[in-house]
Amino acid sequence: MKGFDLMKQGAEARLYVGMYLGKPTIAKERFKKAYRHEILDDLLTKERIKAESRAIVRCKMAGIRTPTIYLVDFNRRIIFMEYFTNSITAKEMIENQSQSTDKTLELFSLELGKLLGRMHGANIIHGDLTSSNILLFNHMQNLEVVLIDFGLAHIESNTEDKAVDLYVLERALLSTHSIADKLFDKILEGYRAHYKQGSKEVLKKMDEVRARGRKRTMVG
Amino acid sequence: MAVALGFEGSANKLGIGVVRDGEILSNCRRTYITPAGEGFLPKETAQHHREHVLSVLKEALEGAGVKPQDVDVICYTKGPGMGAPLATVAVVARTVAQLWNKPLLGVNHCIGHIEMGRLITGAKNPTVLYVSGGNTQIIAYSRKRYRIFGETIDIAVGNCLDRFARVLKVSNDPSPGYNIEQLAKKGKKYVPLPYCVKVFDLHINIGLGMDVSFSGILTYIEERIGKLKKDGYTPEDLCFSMQETVFAMLVETTERALAHCGSTEVLIVGGVGCNLRLQEMMGEMCKERGAKLFATDERFCIDNGVMIAHAGAEMFKAGVQMKWEDCTITQRYRTDDVETVWRDD
Repeated sequence: MKGFDLMKQGAEARLYVGMYLGKPTIAKERFKKAYRHEILDDLLTKERIKAESRAIVRCKMAGIRTPTIYLVDFNRRIIFMEYFTNSITAKEMIENQSQSTDKTLELFSLELGKLLGRMHGANIIHGDLTSSNILLFNHMQNLEVVLIDFGLAHIESNTEDKAVDLYVLERALLSTHSIADKLFDKILEGYRAHYKQGSKEVLKKMDEVRARGRKRTMVG
Repeated sequence: MAVALGFEGSANKLGIGVVRDGEILSNCRRTYITPAGEGFLPKETAQHHREHVLSVLKEALEGAGVKPQDVDVICYTKGPGMGAPLATVAVVARTVAQLWNKPLLGVNHCIGHIEMGRLITGAKNPTVLYVSGGNTQIIAYSRKRYRIFGETIDIAVGNCLDRFARVLKVSNDPSPGYNIEQLAKKGKKYVPLPYCVKVFDLHINIGLGMDVSFSGILTYIEERIGKLKKDGYTPEDLCFSMQETVFAMLVETTERALAHCGSTEVLIVGGVGCNLRLQEMMGEMCKERGAKLFATDERFCIDNGVMIAHAGAEMFKAGVQMKWEDCTITQRYRTDDVETVWRDD
């Protein structure tokens, strides 16, 4: 891709960084999978590009800061979207203790909880909530939190999917950060406050999900 | 030196094999084959195993050139599997263990597949795709356990293919999967079928796993078979489309596991694993990622006795002992329930 540099290659897509219409841009290319039948590959890719862009737009309508979509190119299988140049990931923020006082961590957790509450209120399931998929910027004066990577997102109203969404975040935080429980309590506080109608049921469901995990007894 | 005798009978295959320190001395098998359009039921399958178990045992010992006194440990499939066939074979294993006064070990069937695959291919620490009539799992080894990275949330991929064969009245001889594979080679037109992968959290610290589901695709075919045929899709086209779809799901899930674990080896085991199209697709994915694919042929992919003997021998050499009253069978027995005491990495 002209003018774009490869930033990262995952199992499903390549991420490039460059400029588009004078703005710093990320291009997410879902490259062709040679092992997959062409018709199936095209269908799946189109579906996933649509689901991702739809979730991002819906988040925007619910008042959640997400990358602005500049262009969706089905033929080249690329979504061009806003690149946040002076942001850090939540992961970096939590790990860099010198920068993050207890107060900022608390503010961040409440703010994240608020966004997640709004997101679930709009029936959007992120599907991959890890601290690398949460960005922050301007964190000195006015803390802004942005959710990215909606590659696994879908629209769903049931409590099960929302509970699993939160559970994924809890597990991801617990496995990477030592101060996770403190953070997660505050996240839930913000969540409850901004998702009044549904949070009670989701959190009840989450206790169930925690208890069972994903273990299934198996029959030969 | 340890000579292990293994009994397998968790499904419609009755297998008995002998192994001596990783060297296969014999590997004998009988398959209970049902008429086209029918599956195998526990009672009849158990009956089949009862009828043949003694002659297969004799064949295995003679083929290996060992006498009962040469055997060091007797191994049998404890589970998972169908109750009646499991019990039938376990009774024989218990009986010969008492007759010959040998230690007895119950082996997890899935572990048998994995260890056999590693032995035959030489794969060191692979991400494992275990696909058969009863199981569909993506497995990665970590800290003394084979951990399940993703699995089917309903029926196994092999079960889906078997039942699909019944819908098309494809023969079960030598196996429905083999006949679907042959038909699929002649298929040309691809019909899109439901594709279902689902991302899920894991209980290990490697992030998210990915589960698969196969019941929807089966229902989809069952409900539309008449219309699809009328629309000009031949059985060959349907077999082709079925394989392309379900195998793509398996390869995608395996790729995700591979990316997460940073592994460079993929091992395919289980009966569906001898399908050459699946191996080809997986090989393609591995090539893209710079990973290596390991697979075996039907002798070791499909349920057999020697895999139980080999996994049992590994346990035996690591000092595992089983009390007589624990030598039972269980229909439910997860891969990650077993502590792999024989692996030190």
